[in-house]
Amino acid sequence: MSWRLRVNPIACEGHGLCAELIPEAITLDDWGYPIIKDGPVPGDLLPHARRAVATCPTLALLLERVPT
Amino acid sequence: MTSTASHHLPRLLEGLHRDGRALSLREHLAYHGPLPPAGRHSPDTALTDLVERSGLRGRGGANFPSARKLASVAAGRGRRVVVANGAEGEPGSAKDKVLLGQAPHLVLDGAAMAAQAVGAAQVIVAALAPSVPALLSAVSERDAQRIDRVRPVVVTVPDRFIAGEESALVNYLNQGPGLPTFVPPRPYERGVGGRPTLVQNVETLSHMALIARHGPDWFRAIGPPEEPGSTLVTVQGALRHPGVYEVARGMRLSELVRHTGGPTAPIQAFLIGGYAGAWLPADAAWDTPLSDAALREQGGTLGAGVVLAFPAGACGVAETARIMTYLAEESAGQCGPCVHGLAAMARATDELARGTARRDVVERLQNWAWQVAGRGACHHPDGAVRMVASALRTFSTDVSAHRQRHVCPGAKGPQTSAARTPAASGRARR
Repeated sequence: MSWRLRVNPIACEGHGLCAELIPEAITLDDWGYPIIKDGPVPGDLLPHARRAVATCPTLALLLERVPT
Repeated sequence: MTSTASHHLPRLLEGLHRDGRALSLREHLAYHGPLPPAGRHSPDTALTDLVERSGLRGRGGANFPSARKLASVAAGRGRRVVVANGAEGEPGSAKDKVLLGQAPHLVLDGAAMAAQAVGAAQVIVAALAPSVPALLSAVSERDAQRIDRVRPVVVTVPDRFIAGEESALVNYLNQGPGLPTFVPPRPYERGVGGRPTLVQNVETLSHMALIARHGPDWFRAIGPPEEPGSTLVTVQGALRHPGVYEVARGMRLSELVRHTGGPTAPIQAFLIGGYAGAWLPADAAWDTPLSDAALREQGGTLGAGVVLAFPAGACGVAETARIMTYLAEESAGQCGPCVHGLAAMARATDELARGTARRDVVERLQNWAWQVAGRGACHHPDGAVRMVASALRTFSTDVSAHRQRHVCPGAKGPQTSAARTPAASGRARR
């Protein structure tokens, strides 16, 4: 089992906090919306990923379990 | 009158009236024979098995194996729903309108078979307003003869590019605004009324109606093994006889052009797969088979089967800008990358067409294409981006001329645009 970040693009309003909190996995596009790096979130980044998810003002960021 | 010779074409368009009126139930049955008897309410796995062995793939644009969709819905819990998707929002496409308006019983047969395959208790036919009268009379004809176990409900859907997207259609049928939703859950898991829902394009259903009658081997007798069967295409542009045709999947483009009466002008490129498809230069395209697999190898898609023949002398850059502007306007407006990305790309292609673009316009477009692809809730932005990227490749000479502010004459002249000639004349041709 591994973890993957995903954004609900309909809910996302481009506040950009996620990219501040976990720049290793999330960058922003030219308009300030998150681009999520492909692949599972490495274990040492999981706490940061969780914090990013919890901080998103529109609850658009999801951390999902994926079967490996 | 029934012809079951396996190589015989047309199949779906068999016997259509030249004046465009619908085949009556009696005429329909005379051409195709009766539907195989229906089973009970539980999912009929034999039918799904037939579709599986036929190799039928969805004709709405996604080319997804139809049997897998049937099986997923049949495996769902509770009352299941079948939606015949005739929300043909692509401006260049007319095949679904032809089927619904002229062969409604074939579509309704397919919906009935699909309902039987998944054990559905509700059947909805989603169609654009002009197709509704033919559908309603077809439904009452069937009522009188008690053909359908589940009476289909006809729903008029908005005529908008995005309306036929699976999740958008389900959203509309659930009293929503008809915009795509964040998936999963996908309609097969939670669709109309929260129930497992099969959303299937009306052409796909029509094929199913014939597979149920004639079997998978009959279906596979034409078309390549990995994408078998016949397929409806809407052909337009610089061709003598534009319209809707039924051809073997995998037919070469050169053959299709001949089949449609030949070109009316030298052709420089084809736009295949509709506005969200891809441009191919004519010389590379002639030998390309009209199958999704072959077109994907060249960065395209067969989509819902729209083929535009683009004449030499017209400006591909200007045409691309027009289409891109349309696609940006047709964004549902829900996802940031789609709203802002398509708008930026539409502006940049428009400036390129006018010869006023920045010198790095191509790099900017490519960079945006990379940024936007895959980042919407639906695939609308992906298609738009693919179309622009293919235009940069196909019209590279014109693109560099425009970039150096030498606008080609075709960009100013009268437009042969598909955008303004709804070659969706709706005429089916044999």
